[in-house]
Amino acid sequence: MLQVAQPQETLLEVNNIEVIYNHVILVLKGVSLSVPKGGITALLGGNGAGKTTTLKAISGLLKSERGEVTKGTITYQGKNLIGADPAGIVRSGVIQVMEGRHCFEHLTVEENLLTGAYTQAGAKQIADDLEMVYNYFPRLKERRRSQAGYTSGGEQQMVAIGRALMSRPEMILLDEPSMGLAPQLVEQIFEIVKSVNENEGVTFLLAEQNTSVALRYAHSGYILESGRVVMDGLAADLRENPDVKEFYLGMSDDGRKSFRDVRSYRRRKRWLA
Amino acid sequence: MPESLLYGTEVVLNGLMAGVLYALVALGFVLIYKASGIFNYAQGVLSLFAAMTLVGIMNGQIPFAHLINAALGTEIHHFGWHINALVAILLTMVVMVGVAWCVQRFVFRHLIGQEPIILFMATIGLAYFLEGLGDIMWGSDIKKLDVGLPQGGSLWIEENTQWLGFGNENFYGFFLDRLDLIATVIAALLVIALVAVSQYTKHGRAMRAVADDHQAALSVGISLNFIWVFVWSIAGFVALVAGIIWGAKSGVQFSLSLIALKALPVLMLGGFTSIPGAIIGGLIIGVGEKLFEFTVGPLVGGATENWFAYVLALIFLVFRPQGLMGEKIIERV
Ligand SMILES: Nc1ncnc2c1ncn2[C@@H]1O[C@H](COP(=O)(O)OP(=O)(O)OP(=O)(O)O)[C@@H](O)[C@H]1O
Ligand SMILES: [Mg+2]
Repeated sequence: MLQVAQPQETLLEVNNIEVIYNHVILVLKGVSLSVPKGGITALLGGNGAGKTTTLKAISGLLKSERGEVTKGTITYQGKNLIGADPAGIVRSGVIQVMEGRHCFEHLTVEENLLTGAYTQAGAKQIADDLEMVYNYFPRLKERRRSQAGYTSGGEQQMVAIGRALMSRPEMILLDEPSMGLAPQLVEQIFEIVKSVNENEGVTFLLAEQNTSVALRYAHSGYILESGRVVMDGLAADLRENPDVKEFYLGMSDDGRKSFRDVRSYRRRKRWLA
Repeated sequence: MPESLLYGTEVVLNGLMAGVLYALVALGFVLIYKASGIFNYAQGVLSLFAAMTLVGIMNGQIPFAHLINAALGTEIHHFGWHINALVAILLTMVVMVGVAWCVQRFVFRHLIGQEPIILFMATIGLAYFLEGLGDIMWGSDIKKLDVGLPQGGSLWIEENTQWLGFGNENFYGFFLDRLDLIATVIAALLVIALVAVSQYTKHGRAMRAVADDHQAALSVGISLNFIWVFVWSIAGFVALVAGIIWGAKSGVQFSLSLIALKALPVLMLGGFTSIPGAIIGGLIIGVGEKLFEFTVGPLVGGATENWFAYVLALIFLVFRPQGLMGEKIIERV
């Protein structure tokens, strides 16, 4: 769909990282990604593949979950991110929108957005940014005085994305925006992500289980399976790939494959690579 | 006006004044509890420690003098100066921020993500540590605290309310203690300031955000450590003000730390997480216990103030566990 010239500069480089939770559970077993500046990069894979863990490793939120990057490097614009504190990472332009939105329930919609500007200074700038967010999400302007906990799932997702925008990010790590939303709403959210990407030049790294939507909006993608990258490429190519079609887009003739078939697929995958 | 109504009014006024103070102490608890989920058992001792430090600084006492003398065989006790009350209060505030920082750095930073009961036990430990530290630093004798707050009944109010009796010669006007009056004004201002800070400032908003969702707060770049030092500092400040008021009334001594017990029923009534709840709860308990003592007290032999608040709170608790205004747990499908 998007045959744009490949964005050149690499913004974020994840190189062969391993992540361990609670000192024992090895979850990422050598994940490498490279996220080009100005693009939308999809991180795909099923339940427990390690998408969220990868994003948290980048944003520094892993520590508060007793997780740790034990190997590999993460560099953002040439700077090392491993061991940096989350606030510092936000200041340097990378912010995560967490899976399940995580709005501040007892704060109003507008207060939620303003917490996003915690790292920012200057009342005028913050007010302008707030207007910018309301332009992308007019619905939030109508609901600005409502307690976020009482807004709908779609509105909460908008709050979460809008809140991240308030930090003036260069890059947003967006975790499963489609979760629990009606297809129409998912489309709407992705349209907004696309226009933020195009108009504000914000780079997105997007974790999704909803492969078909993600690949329609992303420029390129990575597929994770139990802590490893098993495939990557331009979104257009991934969409046409028979394995992706079969296992992630549900376009197989004989329905969903059994676990044994998935294993044989892995073998085939290795053979392909 | 009938006499009983006049006395009743006086009782209510006194109750309101006590209530504002209860509200203030309760707010110290609420702020810490909201932002960190810690029920701070040490809040009362914090008041005691603050008041001791204030007296020590005002009198130019040398901290740890006993210890120093015992170790070095010296005989030092005083710097030999007296510091102005206002300056001393500011210095004490600096000490309380230092305490807040240490508490976070050396205790709670290591306990992030632990069970609430563990955090609670830690505050019990902290309470006894602070009590001991206060004694070692400033000595355990009963101290007089005089920061220049007025004492005694207010003649002005008495004279100017006498007419309310409309010729009733048994009524001399409302008797209100001047220290109580000043304390009420100070506490009310502080309560308003606290609400304003939490509601309208960036750090106040961040504090409420942390209370709602630690992870999400981290994700937008809020430093939990900073926010927790911030709330402990505010709690220290509240403790200091409460310590000054109580200390001026009845001297600085161990019993001062028991003012925290007055805040407990307020919390049960108002909810552990609600700022307005603490204020309204404080007022209800203040007025309630005074009125109860005034009306029912004589029938049952008095001294109802010791237990009335707790019984009232218990009744509330049974019917509304989250308290009068405790935050409803938002559940959506
Ligand atoms: N805090 C944690 N402690 C221990 N194990 C964890 C923790 N968080 C995640 N895991 C494990 O790590 C693996 C990867 O989880 P992760 O959340 O990264 O997957 P995901 O790809 O985001 O899945 P989903 O699509 O369901 O969100 C899972 O097996 C999960 O059980
Ligand atoms: Mg996930």
